[in-house]
Amino acid sequence: MGDFDFQVIVDSLPFLFDGLIISFQLTLLALLAGLAWGTILAVMRIWGPAPLRWFSAIYVNVFRSIPLILVIFWFYFLVPLLIGRPVGNFTSALIAFSLFEAAYYAEIMRAGLNSVSRGQVYAGLAIGLSPRQNLQYVILPQAFRNMIPVLLTQAIILFQDTSLVYVVALSDFMTSASTVAKVEGRLAEMYLFAALVYFVICFSGSMLVKHLQKKKVA
Amino acid sequence: MNYNWNWSVLFQEPYLGWLFSGLQWTLLVAIAAWVIAFLLGSAIGILRTVPNRLVRTLAAAYVELFRNIPLLVQLFVWYFVVPELLPEDLGLWVKRDMPNPEYVTAVVALGAYTAARVAEQVRSGIQTIRKDLVNAGLAIGLTPLQTYLYIRLPISYRIIVPPLTSEFLTIFKNSSLALTIGVLELTAQARQIENYTFQGFEAFTAATVLYLVITLLVVLLMRLIDQKTRIPGSVGAN
Repeated sequence: MGDFDFQVIVDSLPFLFDGLIISFQLTLLALLAGLAWGTILAVMRIWGPAPLRWFSAIYVNVFRSIPLILVIFWFYFLVPLLIGRPVGNFTSALIAFSLFEAAYYAEIMRAGLNSVSRGQVYAGLAIGLSPRQNLQYVILPQAFRNMIPVLLTQAIILFQDTSLVYVVALSDFMTSASTVAKVEGRLAEMYLFAALVYFVICFSGSMLVKHLQKKKVA
Repeated sequence: MNYNWNWSVLFQEPYLGWLFSGLQWTLLVAIAAWVIAFLLGSAIGILRTVPNRLVRTLAAAYVELFRNIPLLVQLFVWYFVVPELLPEDLGLWVKRDMPNPEYVTAVVALGAYTAARVAEQVRSGIQTIRKDLVNAGLAIGLTPLQTYLYIRLPISYRIIVPPLTSEFLTIFKNSSLALTIGVLELTAQARQIENYTFQGFEAFTAATVLYLVITLLVVLLMRLIDQKTRIPGSVGAN
């Protein structure tokens, strides 16, 4: 290890930075789409009529039982077939992540919705809100607030998971680091650097979550 | 949608054999990694609760380190970097003579990663035990070590059966990452069948169903274990 080459890291920084941007984009878009779809699934599971309840339960349990890599492969294969023309691997990965994460966000939001006290629900109805308004203005805002630390933890997990797009060669941060590693023959430098970058980002994130949790308790 | 269905491809050789060999590797990776994760994770979880501050900090550092780096990156570090860092002879042996290097690396990486998660469950299990139980143990003359062996650990493991079940299911799903270093487990075999036959729909369905079946079996088995080991008088016990 005496010949640890820092220069190769420095030289590839612009390239790696582009990859990091892709990772962040994928995380953010999948987070928004997954959270929206997950919230709908959670609402269906709690208040929906029986067929929707079953659909939501089966959806969540199936996605939570299979590996993310398999889901990525599924959509990499399925999306072009359904649309009828090739789509970029970013699009198919984004769809895979959104649908996959939705299953996890659905469970978080279900816990969040159940954490809102019944009194709040009745109070909303009593002042004449329709069930929809009650959900929109009374229940969901409180559910989101209660679940912010858990949602953020899931976002950190999602960010880590985006590294799996390596399997469909989408040039996120991990894939870019791996490309440089192979081209330059500097595997140790690049993979340790990748580990360091992920660690700094995710550790800062989890510190933030801890801080938020303390604030909530206080 | 333009697609030629051909479900019979799943029941032809060599593809049927590929699926089962894949399933076998998935289980072999998951179970071996679980043994490491359970033992190492238990040790680290226990160390997080001991009085010595330095030991506690080191155990916490392990958990933070392994939790905050994506598993794929860890896997690559174990596979490509660690053999370079080892003493020369050992490094050479790992690179040249170690049998089944991809499998061993996958197991070690997955085990070390999941150990951090198991450690958190074990720690929280130990910390839920009421202080007076431990004090009672000390009062009748048990050493601190004995309070772990006879009071804290037996109770905590019975409490944490459900979260450990989901950790096992996570390791089972995460074993799919082994394909990135060349272990032909279930997901890899499904992909390979797709590449050879263009019957992606059938291949991925087969893999999905197999994952679902195993998950279901594990959940049922662990529910049985949970019922048998549940502490009488705790929530949900009969």
